[in-house]
Amino acid sequence: MIAASTEVLSFPILSALVILPLVGAIVVSLLGKTRPEWMKLAAMTSSVATGAFSLWLLGEFKTGEAGFQFVSQHVWISQWGISWHLGVDGISLFLVVLTGILFPLVIVGIDPHHNETSYFAWMLLLQAGVMGSFLALDLFLFFVMFEIVLVPMYFLIGGWGYDQRVYAAMKFFLYTMTGSAFMLVGIIATVSLARRDLGIVTFDLIKIAEGANFSTNAARWLFVSFAIAFAVKVPLFPFHTWLPDAHTQAPTGGSVILAGVLLKMGTYGFLRFGIYLFPEAAMWARPTLFTLAVIGIIYGAIAATMQRDLKRLVAYSSVAHLGFIVLGTFALSSQAVTGAVMQMVNHGVSTGALFLLVGMIYERRHTREIAELRGIQHVAPIFAGVFTVVMLSSIGLPGLNGFVGEFLILIGSFGAARWWTVVATVGVVLAALYLLWAYQRVFHGEPDEANASFKEITAKEGMLMAVFVAIIVFTGIYPKPMLERIEPSVNSFIEHVEGKTK
Amino acid sequence: MLSLIWLIPLLPLAGAVLNLVLGRKFGDPRSGWVATLATGGAFLITVLVYFEMLGLEAEERTHVEVLFSWLPLGSLQVDFALLADPLSIVMALFVTGISTLIHLYAIGYMHGDAKFSKFFLYLNLFVFSMLMLVLGENLLVTFLGWEGVGACSYFLISFWHTRDSAAVAGKKAFVTNRIGDFGVMTAMFLAFSSVGSLSYGAINEAAHSGELASVTATAIAMLLFVGACGKSAQLPLYLWLPDAMEGPTPVSALIHAATMVTSGVFLMTRMNPVLHISFEWAPTVIAVVGAATALYAATIAVAQNDIKKVLAYSTVSQLGFMFLAIGSGAYVAAIFHMVTHAFFKALLFLGSGSVIHGMHHQQDMRRMGALRKVMPITGFTFIIGWLAIAGVPPFAGFWSKDEILLYVFAKSPALYVVGIVTALLTAYYMTRQVIMVFYGEARWNDHSDEHGAHGDITPHESPRVMLIPLLVLSVLSILGGAMQLPFSKKLHFLEHWLAPVVEESEAYIGKTWAYQNKYLLLLLAVVVAVTGILIAIAGYGKARFKVVEPKILEQAWNYDATVSRVVAGPGATAFNLVSWIDANIVDGIVNGVGESIRGIAGSVRRVQSGFVRTYALLISLGAVLVLAWFLLRGVLL
Repeated sequence: MIAASTEVLSFPILSALVILPLVGAIVVSLLGKTRPEWMKLAAMTSSVATGAFSLWLLGEFKTGEAGFQFVSQHVWISQWGISWHLGVDGISLFLVVLTGILFPLVIVGIDPHHNETSYFAWMLLLQAGVMGSFLALDLFLFFVMFEIVLVPMYFLIGGWGYDQRVYAAMKFFLYTMTGSAFMLVGIIATVSLARRDLGIVTFDLIKIAEGANFSTNAARWLFVSFAIAFAVKVPLFPFHTWLPDAHTQAPTGGSVILAGVLLKMGTYGFLRFGIYLFPEAAMWARPTLFTLAVIGIIYGAIAATMQRDLKRLVAYSSVAHLGFIVLGTFALSSQAVTGAVMQMVNHGVSTGALFLLVGMIYERRHTREIAELRGIQHVAPIFAGVFTVVMLSSIGLPGLNGFVGEFLILIGSFGAARWWTVVATVGVVLAALYLLWAYQRVFHGEPDEANASFKEITAKEGMLMAVFVAIIVFTGIYPKPMLERIEPSVNSFIEHVEGKTK
Repeated sequence: MLSLIWLIPLLPLAGAVLNLVLGRKFGDPRSGWVATLATGGAFLITVLVYFEMLGLEAEERTHVEVLFSWLPLGSLQVDFALLADPLSIVMALFVTGISTLIHLYAIGYMHGDAKFSKFFLYLNLFVFSMLMLVLGENLLVTFLGWEGVGACSYFLISFWHTRDSAAVAGKKAFVTNRIGDFGVMTAMFLAFSSVGSLSYGAINEAAHSGELASVTATAIAMLLFVGACGKSAQLPLYLWLPDAMEGPTPVSALIHAATMVTSGVFLMTRMNPVLHISFEWAPTVIAVVGAATALYAATIAVAQNDIKKVLAYSTVSQLGFMFLAIGSGAYVAAIFHMVTHAFFKALLFLGSGSVIHGMHHQQDMRRMGALRKVMPITGFTFIIGWLAIAGVPPFAGFWSKDEILLYVFAKSPALYVVGIVTALLTAYYMTRQVIMVFYGEARWNDHSDEHGAHGDITPHESPRVMLIPLLVLSVLSILGGAMQLPFSKKLHFLEHWLAPVVEESEAYIGKTWAYQNKYLLLLLAVVVAVTGILIAIAGYGKARFKVVEPKILEQAWNYDATVSRVVAGPGATAFNLVSWIDANIVDGIVNGVGESIRGIAGSVRRVQSGFVRTYALLISLGAVLVLAWFLLRGVLL
């Protein structure tokens, strides 16, 4: 994790990944008034270009290297040691690519229905913030990016959401911001304590993590301050209640992004910042986090089973799935952490796809109530088929992507957290229960009058979903390309933790 | 040829993909032929592999074909690899062979169904998954197949998904199987943490060499057995199988009788060295569960009136026999019975499908009778299946059941008694079924106790495409026993063939009383079978006595109803409670805190207390955001 790659691409690709959508947001908002007909084109262009850059990054990424690649570092506020420091490694690579791909799909694929200009501008700003969060190697920069994300998401939920959108947006904003406040205090304290060891004021993640030597007590307090922010973001039980509200009220695009990448900022944050900066404290907090993660798995699944609203059901399933990721993250074995990183991406793909499908159901039926839906498979078999594949991926059927991550997490956690893992495995059983039961009620049976005219998947929707299905199947059967890019960074990460906790 | 084993699962997969893309274009019946050819091709290749293997020395009959690296991650290296060895080839032979026959049959049976091509897509996908299951080189590839057959079973049980009962049954099958899968998954975790590998070769080798401790081996074996109880419908997880009869009858024959449900037996056989070094009580648990299931399901079968339900409970019962064999260390006998059972049970199910087809979807045996006259071939072949399952020599079932009972006697005479009583019941309920369906008076148009009036029906014999598989399967049900005849060591073909796989663990019974008196036991088995048949004939055929069909047996000892009540009652209440706690307590606290902060914030502003710094922090954060908001608002609106 220390050795930054010396190979420097002449083009500052990481900066471009952050700035491009930002510029897009500005252009979109300027064009909105003057040239509305070009506005959407601009939005699509900048998001698609960002996506293309992220794929280029994937192609250029050196497999087998553990350190940060394409590092870009420029002094920002020199007297505080703050810099524009970006880098990508195996842990962040696929999250960056997912962010790159998911946004254009949402922007091209989902119609906001009203106030398009501001919708697209917020979306692009959101993309910039998420990209920045996954790329930042400077605590201050990370914090700024982490916070920037809240604003567009707040407006997306509040502006384009459903009936209870104002309440949900406010709750999302206040809850996550309160969490971040702890992290801000933590960051400032970290920097000032690290100054004693390093002799300089710096917000640089790598310098602090490798050079600082916090006292056990201080490190634990600092870890807790970061952990609160991330636990809310993930969200970890019992800090999860903003999520069902936010998801249910958010517009489809918002939900896809929220589940797809936003929640991962929490689990990623645990890895990149929480554990990396304070390994000993993380080991100390491990039993608590294991316990909360496993409670989340079972509790989220049980709550999901009893939901009447399809979108809320998917939201609770996220609580369960994210529990697996946290379990794997803290188990700190090569398999478990790689599995956790993998599952961050997989969950983004499967749950993102589920939210898209639920959105399509809402577009057609103007309801998400499970009781109002019935017999859809009979009238829209292809739609049902796509839903089935995505559902089985979420259930964790071997051969599809969801299984790979989940299995690696569980088999890798079994050593460090045996009994927690056994209980977590029960969550695999429950996942089948809540999704299949919902599927049965929504898709099986004889369609009643209201559902008999349910429209089959359109060509545009089909193409959108084809991307997801392709990723789901490919990753499930041939995960090696992903694994071999993630693993070296994970291993050196684990070595770092082990070295510091010996 | 051995290195081409990947073609065996690939062909059905290709068939499935072809039908996915072009199925609607192929239509009825061409998509069915495509699927049948794909499975038939897989069968042919399996036969070629078998003959090549036959030419090799016994020790050389193991070949691992690595296709690609599936999960390569540090100490965990799982290959997507296939294993050709005597066990997997026996499995692949009967799986592809019977699948081909049932595909052929289904072309006739499913004719005219609106989702004809989809049916064959699922069926081919099933065969692919089943072949991955049996050909897997490690637990994970097998698990891929294991879950794959589960998913296909789900699709096919709820194939007629507009019917609520079919939809519920499909879900029930998947979820119940998942409970078993919990066992398989944890067994894999344990195997990996103690052996460092998921490959059968490595795990079984560790068991041989003593590297694997008995306590761990016991845990692995028992956890796998939990999975086996789910997939192979043993107590207490058998619940889903009777309901699975909601699926089209070819599905019941293929998946829920001949192939998928035997996966548990296969898995235990595959892992026999692990079971062998387990604590002694572990195989006993398996034997007892198997015996209990065999007897329990047989008692239920005597009082069922649905033609397929009788066969479903019979399948549960026969699977119990196989586990009884596994628990007694009779692995060869278990596989032997698995294969003969596949022959005659597929035959019986397809026969019942032919009856249902001919009776215009009537499944109630009380509405049948005398059908052998209008359906001569179906009747004739069904009778062969009946003789085979009832244990009448020289039909196939007799030899395999007898072999199991021999080993069971050597293990425990008490379990033998359970087995022989079950055999009696089996002969009885199958005779009852044959009489109710094919003999006696025709009751097709008897509406005396019916609420809704139906039009009269005229049963008819099924088309040739359905009859050919019946004929082939009846030949197999007659001759299947030749695989393993008890008269001389030389006639133990299956035993010699499987020796490299099970040799070490197979129980040695040569010196037991049972073995020395095996012809006596053989005779006893015949007597029992004939007695069962005669009682049923006396009761149902000649009405010599009034037959009793206790309500409790018809309702399957109320087990299913009780489980349903618990799930729908206390289970649902508990789940709802969690949901309520989440909405009102966990979230209630959050909202409460939000409210009170608003209150405190108000007072803090007035008194300027020690909260000042936090407050200032919130203010400054708020200020940044407000600023951002105005900036962006200015830009945007």
